[in-house]
Amino acid sequence: MELFKHQKDFKMDVLKEVGNIGAGNAATALSQLLNKPIDMAVPKVQLLGFEEIAEKVGGAEELVYAVFLRVEGEAPGNLFFILTPDAARSLLSRVAGISAVSVEELSEMELSALNEIGNILAGSYLSSLADFTSLSMYPTVPALAMDMAGAILSYGLLQFGQMGDDALLIDTTFLEGKDEIEGQFFLIPDPESFPKIFKSLGVPFEDD
Amino acid sequence: MIEEQSLIKVGMADLNVGSQNNVIRTTGLGSCVGLTMYDPGKKLGGMAHVMLPTSEIAREGKLNIAKFADTAIPELLSRLLKLGATRSRIIAKMAGGSQMFAFAGGNDTMRIGPRNVESCKLALDKLSIPLVAEDTGGSYGRTIEIACSTGLLNIRSVQKGVKEL
Repeated sequence: MELFKHQKDFKMDVLKEVGNIGAGNAATALSQLLNKPIDMAVPKVQLLGFEEIAEKVGGAEELVYAVFLRVEGEAPGNLFFILTPDAARSLLSRVAGISAVSVEELSEMELSALNEIGNILAGSYLSSLADFTSLSMYPTVPALAMDMAGAILSYGLLQFGQMGDDALLIDTTFLEGKDEIEGQFFLIPDPESFPKIFKSLGVPFEDD
Repeated sequence: MIEEQSLIKVGMADLNVGSQNNVIRTTGLGSCVGLTMYDPGKKLGGMAHVMLPTSEIAREGKLNIAKFADTAIPELLSRLLKLGATRSRIIAKMAGGSQMFAFAGGNDTMRIGPRNVESCKLALDKLSIPLVAEDTGGSYGRTIEIACSTGLLNIRSVQKGVKEL
């Protein structure tokens, strides 16, 4: 699928900046929660096949925790905050002072705390994007799931599924020193959101 | 003689068929439905990883027929028949179609799992292929695999363990 006909590299760079601003603000929020500096990798913007997207978190069967928000408003899309089980436990113990007893399963309380952390981070991601683009974007109530990455991420691909077999993914990874709270933000804007995002940022977008 | 079972992988929005020595697998089914067809006489099997209920919503130029329930199921049948399956013996099983995230809003996109399941059943009905077993719904992901030597469908999930249909 060809998403952008002209100035593809430039447009990808603009989206990288979009990811950078969103995740940068979320990283600041996380750093305040933890009272520690958080590093962030340079965002990656890629048009990927459905299978490749699950590969980004270790494969379709890889067990992950994910907070999912559907973004509504002028530039709808799907936003995921994804953590490995280890990172989820580490985050819980640091932010909420909860040390998860069971390795396999988190309690109701722990899940709810994790959902709230995801909500705070995703909220700061989105509100900074909305400020930057002056587009209205508001999240639905977040939902948390612990399951196979493929099963979770496929929810973010349904809108792209109607028009092709790839999706455009804005991916940012968080790192916290050697303790490695590794989390990933995946923003998958709906296909029809791109013209609006570009227009709002003053980037010419072909009518096709 | 025991022959080596070779694995055929079916990706998302993909389908494939195999014979006696094949195991066909698809991983990480969420709202998608993994539909299998099997001819127990000739030990031929096939699997489709259906992502969306109907091709009517497609806006793509070149349609990927494996993606939609209404196009993938007839295609899977015709691929099996080409391989030499006997139509009257073919039976179907399916798994998946879960609702991973429950939202209060009840947005239609979020109900995609149950809609995929309904569409698959409708498509099977139209072709008069009996659905002999299913493990659908719930709120968890599944990995499924069909052994073409036996027709058994193995279903694995993180939360519910392993089961066989």
